[in-house]
Amino acid sequence: MNVLLQHLVILPVVVPLVAGAAMLFLAEHRRKARVTLALVSVLVQLLVGITLLYLTSDAAPFIWPEGVGVYAVGNWPAPFGIVLVVDRLSAVMITLSATVALSTLVYAIARWDRPGQPFHSLFQLQTMGLNGAFLTGDLFNLFVFFEVLLAASYGLLLRGVGAQRVKAGLHYIAVNLVASLFFLIGVALIYGMAGTLNMADLAGRAAKLTPNDRALFDAGAAILGVAFLVKAASWPLNFWLPGAYSIALAPVSSAFAMMTKVGLYALLRVGTILKEDETLAAALFYLGLATLISGTIAMLAAKHLARVVSFSLLASMGILLTAFGLRIDALTGPVILYMIVSVLTTSAFYMLTGMTDRTRIADAPLVPEDHAMPQPLYIAYGIKKPSVYGGDQEEVGVALPAAMAFLGLMFVCCALLVIGLPPLPGFVAKVELLATALRDPAVGENSWNSDVFMAAILISGFISLIALSRIGMRVFWSVAARATPRVRLLEAAPVAGLIILCLGLSVAAGPVARYLEAAAQSLHQPDTYVRSVLSAQPNEHSGTVTP
Amino acid sequence: MEIVYALAIGVLVGSGVWLILRPRTFQVLMGLTLLSYATNIFIFGMGRLAVHKAPIIDASKFVDPSLYADPVPQALVLTAIVIGFGTTALFLVVLLALRGLAGTDHVDGREP
Repeated sequence: MNVLLQHLVILPVVVPLVAGAAMLFLAEHRRKARVTLALVSVLVQLLVGITLLYLTSDAAPFIWPEGVGVYAVGNWPAPFGIVLVVDRLSAVMITLSATVALSTLVYAIARWDRPGQPFHSLFQLQTMGLNGAFLTGDLFNLFVFFEVLLAASYGLLLRGVGAQRVKAGLHYIAVNLVASLFFLIGVALIYGMAGTLNMADLAGRAAKLTPNDRALFDAGAAILGVAFLVKAASWPLNFWLPGAYSIALAPVSSAFAMMTKVGLYALLRVGTILKEDETLAAALFYLGLATLISGTIAMLAAKHLARVVSFSLLASMGILLTAFGLRIDALTGPVILYMIVSVLTTSAFYMLTGMTDRTRIADAPLVPEDHAMPQPLYIAYGIKKPSVYGGDQEEVGVALPAAMAFLGLMFVCCALLVIGLPPLPGFVAKVELLATALRDPAVGENSWNSDVFMAAILISGFISLIALSRIGMRVFWSVAARATPRVRLLEAAPVAGLIILCLGLSVAAGPVARYLEAAAQSLHQPDTYVRSVLSAQPNEHSGTVTP
Repeated sequence: MEIVYALAIGVLVGSGVWLILRPRTFQVLMGLTLLSYATNIFIFGMGRLAVHKAPIIDASKFVDPSLYADPVPQALVLTAIVIGFGTTALFLVVLLALRGLAGTDHVDGREP
């Protein structure tokens, strides 16, 4: 039994890979089979995620007594072979990513997965890249999984192309390619100095470097940090985000809500293992603050709902980076909680923008460039429309009555989550952040920083309130004639589901916060992680168990 | 050898950075390509430069690690080349699509 449970760790990578590859063999018209395969794969990932949550907690000490599970992929022991490592934080991230993937997938089935290109395969590969990045214990392997998820995201972003979307996609790809090169240079420097890429092994070796080597090693780590900050959309490296995210199709940007968090996860993971020093943390604090301020101000200036959501995503990344830069260990638990809430909110909000866009048919476009008529990609190459592609705008599924009331209610819920008002968990997470920043004894010497942090959170919440009420009035109350939107059950259900899940998070805030507290503690005591990874023995029985 | 190697990387990076800051998509593509060449050479150099050393250890003989080249950067470089090649090809497709849709090769899709 335990031997079988050990293999759970690899499932979040293998299942979407197999599902995504298998879909390529299904003919264009076998949509039902493809959708079933996609749903099964995401459900399995969700189940595995929840099981991993349980197994890494203290409630199940029988398999991984210290809450760290190590899986040697090639059955080579740790510093030599690549290992997957699951601890509480990875389990949380995998469950979160599967939750977002499930709701986005259901939403996409309503009508968004229609035209041409292999949406479902790309979607599966993206979740595979995300899960792999959360699980891997090797820096170069982290790079490979980053590339997998980015390559899939390039394809997803270009869906339903028009000139504007292709332009945004081009910028997005160029920025991310440069960031990947930074990643490679950082990894190469770290390998050149420390002679290993295994994160657990690095922790020990970094401490033993001579001062000369250490300087180059730190330079490598800083370059790596730049690559992570591009992914985490930190100010001045985030100008690609609003353009790309607000012009992508609604389910695609909703799935992208998870991607900025990979950068943050990598910062948390590598930062705590390498024990980043004071100056780097201070830099992170000010970069985070700049992200928060610029994102909040941009929210006021944006005129289109999808852009407002993108900037609110930037503001939330700002809060997360600032909190991480404060270097208060007790803040890490609330930071993870806020990250979860922010992912769920942004995802629901992007899906909502996909539905409200259809209420604005009669409006004059507020931002003309966001509304370029979609031109299929094949036109770019002078090809006539292939006959296998169905119409883009087929109406399917059950339409929901009282659509405007529903959309309005969902908008209010999302806005409350972003601003941080009760009863939704945006409030709980922000209160936890503020309370910890106020109360922690470590604040003593850098109280100015934590004062600034608290003021920034409160003011940004207030400005979000103004920006969101304004855009809400414009979308829902404006007098311009509009067509009544048709909202289908399949599109409405995932948004409502995410909001209800958020409500559940508020109700269960106590247990969730305790679990995240434990996750944060194990993150700040990397010794357990290092010991578990380096002492893991290759599995003797695996030859008979693995296929 | 080190100085030539370092100069080569420097020249590639310099030209690459200049090119990706240019306004035409094809120049950006060439810049990205040069930058990825420079990165690949850099990764390779991180395994220390050595001549006439095999990367694969012959297990039948006594093994003195100082007689062998480090195989790991070579493996890393292979992976990086493959990934870089794939993403550059994708970039080329997007570049052509933008050219076809917008009718210009400016990175913003319209002439300034």
